[in-house]
Amino acid sequence: MDHYYHRNHLPRFGEIGEGGKELADAFFAYYNKVFEDGALSAREKALIALAVAHALQCPYCIDAHTTSALEHGSDLEQMTEAVHVACALRGGASLVHGIQMADQAKRLSM
Amino acid sequence: MTVATDFIALDTLAPAANGPRATSSMAWRGTPLVEPREQFRVLNAAETRGGPTGTGHFDSDLAASGWPALRPETLEVVQLNLGKLCNMTCRHCHVDAGPDRTEENMDQATAEACLDLIIRTRPRVVDLTGGAPELNPHFEYLIEECVARGIHVMDRCNLTILLARRFTHLPQWFAERGVEVVCSLPHYRQLKTDAQRGTGAYRKSLLALTRLNEAGYGFGDPRRVLTLVTNPVGAYLSGRQSSLEREWKAALLSNHSVRFDRLLTLNNIPMSRFLEWLLETGQVTSYLDRLLAAFNPATIAGLMCRSTLSVSWDGYLYDCDFNQQLDMVMDLNGRNAHVGDFDLQAWRQHTIRTGRHCYGCTAGAGSSCGGAIS
Repeated sequence: MDHYYHRNHLPRFGEIGEGGKELADAFFAYYNKVFEDGALSAREKALIALAVAHALQCPYCIDAHTTSALEHGSDLEQMTEAVHVACALRGGASLVHGIQMADQAKRLSM
Repeated sequence: MTVATDFIALDTLAPAANGPRATSSMAWRGTPLVEPREQFRVLNAAETRGGPTGTGHFDSDLAASGWPALRPETLEVVQLNLGKLCNMTCRHCHVDAGPDRTEENMDQATAEACLDLIIRTRPRVVDLTGGAPELNPHFEYLIEECVARGIHVMDRCNLTILLARRFTHLPQWFAERGVEVVCSLPHYRQLKTDAQRGTGAYRKSLLALTRLNEAGYGFGDPRRVLTLVTNPVGAYLSGRQSSLEREWKAALLSNHSVRFDRLLTLNNIPMSRFLEWLLETGQVTSYLDRLLAAFNPATIAGLMCRSTLSVSWDGYLYDCDFNQQLDMVMDLNGRNAHVGDFDLQAWRQHTIRTGRHCYGCTAGAGSSCGGAIS
């Protein structure tokens, strides 16, 4: 194993059950339930998942949820807007700390 | 028979026209992949280990799922493919249809033989497809004859043809006869629609849908049913039919004031122009893997080949329109079955012909001309 990330780990995700079947089964049942139509549509949930995948910068999640978003009927424009939401949140999360910086800078400065 | 295309030429083929053309036909380009045996060579060469048996052999996976032989159930649908002529050239077309396919179109003698078969077998539905079936000169005659006998008729319509000269009367004409209009629309927004069907296809499709709404289609009237059909625009599977239908209805209504009655989701079958695209983009194996990973035995009982008789422009019989385009003529008593000598009893007992392309119909929720299966 000469890399930390392997493409085939995604289709092999289910093998996590080898070290603990009960928790894996519970997790995957929960996971699949989360993405069913509910108060939000399956398509809306797939777009949220896509945005979160980019916030987490998880290549497996990006791979899986890009396919899922397409299958659930989103197009590239809608998916790109979802990624911008993640980007805006990540950027905003950095930028809003600038107020802390400014307050402290002002306190320390004459 | 050869069909005149001057009216198409004016509308979509002239160099200055921006008609919906996403590609050109493989027949026009003379690519080797136009031959079914070349398509099977490509598809069967892909190494895949998914599915119940891990062999990538469709009949073995059927057998492992409790279906040692695939046989018909009840004949419900007679699907007539009136020809390969079409005003559009969509990238995924399994018929390799296009404006250049003027020669392979049903003649009157074959149309009469089809009517004889329909009258003898009394299917629940007569399903007209192509190409653009409206371009066949016997299209309206076939509909009149079926409707007069109380048989439900479906027209598989590409939408844009309804805007071409000579066909603008069709929405009202269909409405007066209770014809169900089954329209191809890959997505409720422009980007994917134009990518699959050609620039301008989305705008024209929405205009045609508006005309159908004006004729009373899409408002829940069982005599004016407007059905939309979506194929994925790429190498992925169709989403959940009921979920997509809700979203499409809301989006088309709020964005365009367009209504429709139901949405059917289809998978892309790895053949013809879609296979060509998979081959060019190096995705034949990964797409087959995706289909096999999603192999769903619950779809087998409802496969359309168990209830459909598919007839080609020249009157030969097939288990489905995909087999038809792959030259897999139905095997009835060891001879090539033709519309003139169809025997319902023999049909009930015959074995349906299959190949690797069939994994497209058993993936996920399944796929058929009637949409998702399970």
